[in-house]
Amino acid sequence: MTLLKANNLTIKFGGLTAVSDFSLSLSQQDLVGLIGPNGAGKTTIFNMLTGVYAPTSGTIEFNGDFIQGIKPYEITKKRIARTFQNIRLFKNLTVLDNVKISFDYNVKYNLLHSIFRLPKFNKEEAEIEEKALKILKVFNLHGKRDELACNLPYGEQRRLEIARALAAEPKLLLLDEPAAGMNPQETHELMELINWIRDEFKIAILLIEHDMKLVMGVCESIIVVDYGKVIAQGTPDEIKNNPKVIEAYLGEEVADA
Amino acid sequence: MKKEFRNTIILLGASIILFFILSYIMDTEILNRYYSRIIILICINVILAISLNLVIGVTGQLTLGHAGFMSIGAYAASMLTMQMNMPFPIALIFGGIFAGIIGLLIGIPTLRLKGDYLAITTLGFGEIIRVVITNIDKLGGGRGLSGIPPKTNFAWVFFTMVFTILIIYNIARSSQGRAMMSVREDEIAAEAMGINTTKYKIMAFVTGSFFAGIAGGLFAHYLMYIKPEQFNFLKSVDIVTYVVMGGMGSLTGSVLSTSILTILPEALRFLNDYRMIIYPLALIIIMRFRPQGMMGTKELSMRMFDKFSKGSGKE
Amino acid sequence: MEFLQQGINGLSLGFVYALIAIGYTMVYGIIGLINFAHGEIFMVGAYFGLFAAITLRLPFIPTLLVAMGGAAIVGVIIEKIAYKPLRKSPKLSILITAIGMSVLLQNLVRLKMSSDPQSYPDTLLPQKIINFAGLSIDNRQIIIILISIILVVLLQFIVFKTKTGKAMRAASFDKDAAALMGINVNSIISITFAIGSALAGAAGVLVGILYSSIDPYMGTMPGLKAFVAAVLGGIGIIPGALFGGIIMGLVETFSKVYISSSYSDAIAFSILIVILIVKPSGLLGKKTREKV
Repeated sequence: MTLLKANNLTIKFGGLTAVSDFSLSLSQQDLVGLIGPNGAGKTTIFNMLTGVYAPTSGTIEFNGDFIQGIKPYEITKKRIARTFQNIRLFKNLTVLDNVKISFDYNVKYNLLHSIFRLPKFNKEEAEIEEKALKILKVFNLHGKRDELACNLPYGEQRRLEIARALAAEPKLLLLDEPAAGMNPQETHELMELINWIRDEFKIAILLIEHDMKLVMGVCESIIVVDYGKVIAQGTPDEIKNNPKVIEAYLGEEVADA
Repeated sequence: MKKEFRNTIILLGASIILFFILSYIMDTEILNRYYSRIIILICINVILAISLNLVIGVTGQLTLGHAGFMSIGAYAASMLTMQMNMPFPIALIFGGIFAGIIGLLIGIPTLRLKGDYLAITTLGFGEIIRVVITNIDKLGGGRGLSGIPPKTNFAWVFFTMVFTILIIYNIARSSQGRAMMSVREDEIAAEAMGINTTKYKIMAFVTGSFFAGIAGGLFAHYLMYIKPEQFNFLKSVDIVTYVVMGGMGSLTGSVLSTSILTILPEALRFLNDYRMIIYPLALIIIMRFRPQGMMGTKELSMRMFDKFSKGSGKE
Repeated sequence: MEFLQQGINGLSLGFVYALIAIGYTMVYGIIGLINFAHGEIFMVGAYFGLFAAITLRLPFIPTLLVAMGGAAIVGVIIEKIAYKPLRKSPKLSILITAIGMSVLLQNLVRLKMSSDPQSYPDTLLPQKIINFAGLSIDNRQIIIILISIILVVLLQFIVFKTKTGKAMRAASFDKDAAALMGINVNSIISITFAIGSALAGAAGVLVGILYSSIDPYMGTMPGLKAFVAAVLGGIGIIPGALFGGIIMGLVETFSKVYISSSYSDAIAFSILIVILIVKPSGLLGKKTREKV
């Protein structure tokens, strides 16, 4: 059953066409990688899928709804969550609060309940706290729950961002360069984490990455973009040997993967 | 949550005790009229600072028109008590509601703007409000409105202040407050996590305006005379100074800094001429050397006392 | 006839706003700061001019130059001590600092020079009414317009035909890249402040001559209106500031005459609000997106 269908997405910024004719089809629990040289338009594609940019033309279907051009917070309500290339945590909030935020868009109590601390408030806050702590335990961040997000080491910050995205209970998770800045050991752990997330939470994952080891090792299917256009699509083996891809940028890295 | 309830009761109890102490001091003239006046002004200014802190400190939106909402509440409440003999508490609340409604009307188009633009636009609206009031004869125009019944007393301002602090504290420590803080921290990430950032900016702004209006009503019925110049841009800057010095996002800080900054001009009366040089200089120096103000985003919390009594208290 | 008459009034006021607006826009273009204190620099320039005219008894052009020089120095000092240390700080800090600077300047001058208005000597630029085609034109207004045009042309020359100007343009696009190209960005920023402040200082003298009296608070309103002008034309774009200033001058003059004098300030702010909501990049500006 198709979860996400992007049809011929094109976006122009002034005279520059950043992405042209991008199409993609994702089913539940797919694990797809989006790769390409720097500036190829990968994050721009993510931004279109998450409502940050509205495509100049083309449509995006998610679970039967057309979602192109709707606001980012509405995209989250449709159950798509993402992480960012340059980590965007809520720096001065605690680890716990960072995760709790993902539950806030679904909260049923209103301002008056908060002001007067009515039972509805207390009950729901307790639930949120419980759910958030559970997720932190899963990601091994429970011990640091009262720590400010900005004080975490880099690797844990990335983990927290993923945890936060998962707390939003998405059906599709978009990861933007999750392995950036990680050493081989951390990358290996991340690979296991990604697989585990997909199996445990039963969600589809689309990720942008430059680390070929991770992409080839984890993704079932890979889309290659260059200059805003899809130049190849297929399994890791197919992509490894695709001359167009090799020409675009992989070079010797592929042989090592 | 039981702990929070206990803390609230303790705070309320402490407030009541403080109230009786201060009341006694003021009534028996141990502190003369002059100091009583200062204490009342502190309470009113704290309401202004705390309400602005919700907008600037918690939600991260710098607005420079807070005095405008204070004036709306002041004039509205005064008109209601003077022209319609409305009971004081109801007039106060209506004043606040009216200010809140104007806040909503201004906020909806304006809060889409960011940073500098938001600041200037709210400044502009503050000025527009002042110009409009100056041109309405029924409100006394430029000459001001006099003959406002003296309904405000220490009890009113003190308990309004306590309730304002409590309410805004409760808002800050809730889902809505979290959402507001996420807007402050990173709007784009907040949107990505499902937060409708505009909605929460407006929520903070309207709430802030409401309380500014209430402060205005209390102010008007204390001074018994108000004029538009009292609510100009400089007054808005004053309130921003209270918030910044106390630490944006720290309610405790706001209470402390406002008290100090209200007492200071009186205590340094002899420096009155230099007040408008010392204040901005202080602002500039704080921004340079301690931009997080007195308390940063931290609050004086019960946890600190727990720590002392039980050891670390955490696992 | 009345219309043309007011048109000239509006134009001369507009050019004054333009001179101040250009300073705002240049500073914003290079460091992204709305220099709240800019209106006060305009006021300081007026006082420098007063000093030159009365104490030093200088004629018109030297007075103008002294005012421009004095304003430039004040502008650069403010930049160095207040804004430069905060370059890496959050925008909020710098904005609050600028507000503080503005109030500080106002009150420093008030303290030193008294809050009473003081007058520019009539002899500086004697008024002559020129009767032309049924209009009574004040020669001073013509001179204001001419001087403003000369200054703007001079500015355009500096910006487009000199090496320094090129460096300024480069820095306003990308400070880091400019630095990598060997441009001393700190100097460029100081020069930008100096030029912007000099223009505001000139405006101060011209206003002093036209309206005869100056006071420490004269900078607030024109400062805000010039800011509106800069935004109206497109913040960061110099021709936009010129354009915006003239529009603001005309709108203010005509609304004072044909609508209401007391609401003219409110009308100026309303323009700002409308522009920011409808087209925040201004009339000549381009939409920019934030990279996510």
